[in-house]
Amino acid sequence: MSQSKRMDILTLASLSLGLLTLGIGAFLAFTAPPATEQGHVYRIIFLHVPSAWVGMVSLFVAVAYSILYLARGKAHYDRMATAVIEVALLFLSLTLISGMLWGRPTWGVYWTWEPRLTTFAILLVVYIGYFVVRSAIEDPELRAKASAAISILGAINVPITYMSVKWWRSLHQTQTFDLTTGRSNFDPAMLPALLVNILALSLLFLAFVRIRGLLAERESAKQELSPQAG
Amino acid sequence: MKPKHIIGIVVVVGALAYLIFGGLGRNLVYFYTPSECLQNQATCQSRQVRLGGLVKAGTVNYDKDTLDLRFVVTDGVSEFPVQAKGTPPALFGENRGVVVEGRFQEGTFVSTNLLVKHSEGYQAPKEGYTPEQIRKLIEEAK
Repeated sequence: MSQSKRMDILTLASLSLGLLTLGIGAFLAFTAPPATEQGHVYRIIFLHVPSAWVGMVSLFVAVAYSILYLARGKAHYDRMATAVIEVALLFLSLTLISGMLWGRPTWGVYWTWEPRLTTFAILLVVYIGYFVVRSAIEDPELRAKASAAISILGAINVPITYMSVKWWRSLHQTQTFDLTTGRSNFDPAMLPALLVNILALSLLFLAFVRIRGLLAERESAKQELSPQAG
Repeated sequence: MKPKHIIGIVVVVGALAYLIFGGLGRNLVYFYTPSECLQNQATCQSRQVRLGGLVKAGTVNYDKDTLDLRFVVTDGVSEFPVQAKGTPPALFGENRGVVVEGRFQEGTFVSTNLLVKHSEGYQAPKEGYTPEQIRKLIEEAK
């Protein structure tokens, strides 16, 4: 049996550091002051916003890998794009679930067909479709090209989803941190908890993607050794 | 392609079509303001719509025994009386955003579902202001 690649130091470091930071982040999230309007329920923000930001930004990382694949044609880039999107889907599901659990006590409903929620639902369905298409195409090269196209086109929905609360009337409030104007409406005393949790989820994202990429690499190496077993 | 893949693709494409043409198309205007409802009585007052605005201060009337909730929704220009049933979400209150689903009946909006639209601000409660801080706040507000 050939020497299989092992988890490298970067993966292990980001995994352990991510878990540690997540613990600190949880502590900060529960010790941050309550909010005047929402009381304690606003603390869901410390999970909802970091998972949303990391998940959404990573879709652009997937675009970069997809473009690299189309330009260079190396299977590695295809595997990495898929790994990024797979973990992003996990994080965005966390955004969805935490958002629904937050919506019920504040808005009064788990779900409503308002612009932010609808554009986000479309985003999720597109990236679920990414995996359906992958599983349907057997030719590796065609599969990689088709999924690169979905990854690049699907990311158009990321800025649309981000801007949806401004472009259309929505139930979802506008951005607390508005990247288009640079303005924010967040108490500085709550900021450390948010930043630490963003760091924690970013580190965990990096670790998960690297582990997923390694698994995909081993899978394809195994399939090359014994094609009929694949 | 195996049948399960075709089914998978059909499900995804169907879901997308439903979301884009059904969900998004109908909800690009998620709610009407009271002023719009006053101007376009035909589109707003004859069917099931969402009406959004602020809960006018001093108009909230909630009967704990019958769970009847009455208040006035306003956008600062026009306003409509709203009648709802049931306990509203905890964030419901005067001068706060609200979106009600329902339809008009004789000038009153009868709500079947009441949603609260809250602000994007998260601030810690301020305790023990010194007079200097209050003066500073007043000056900043000008």
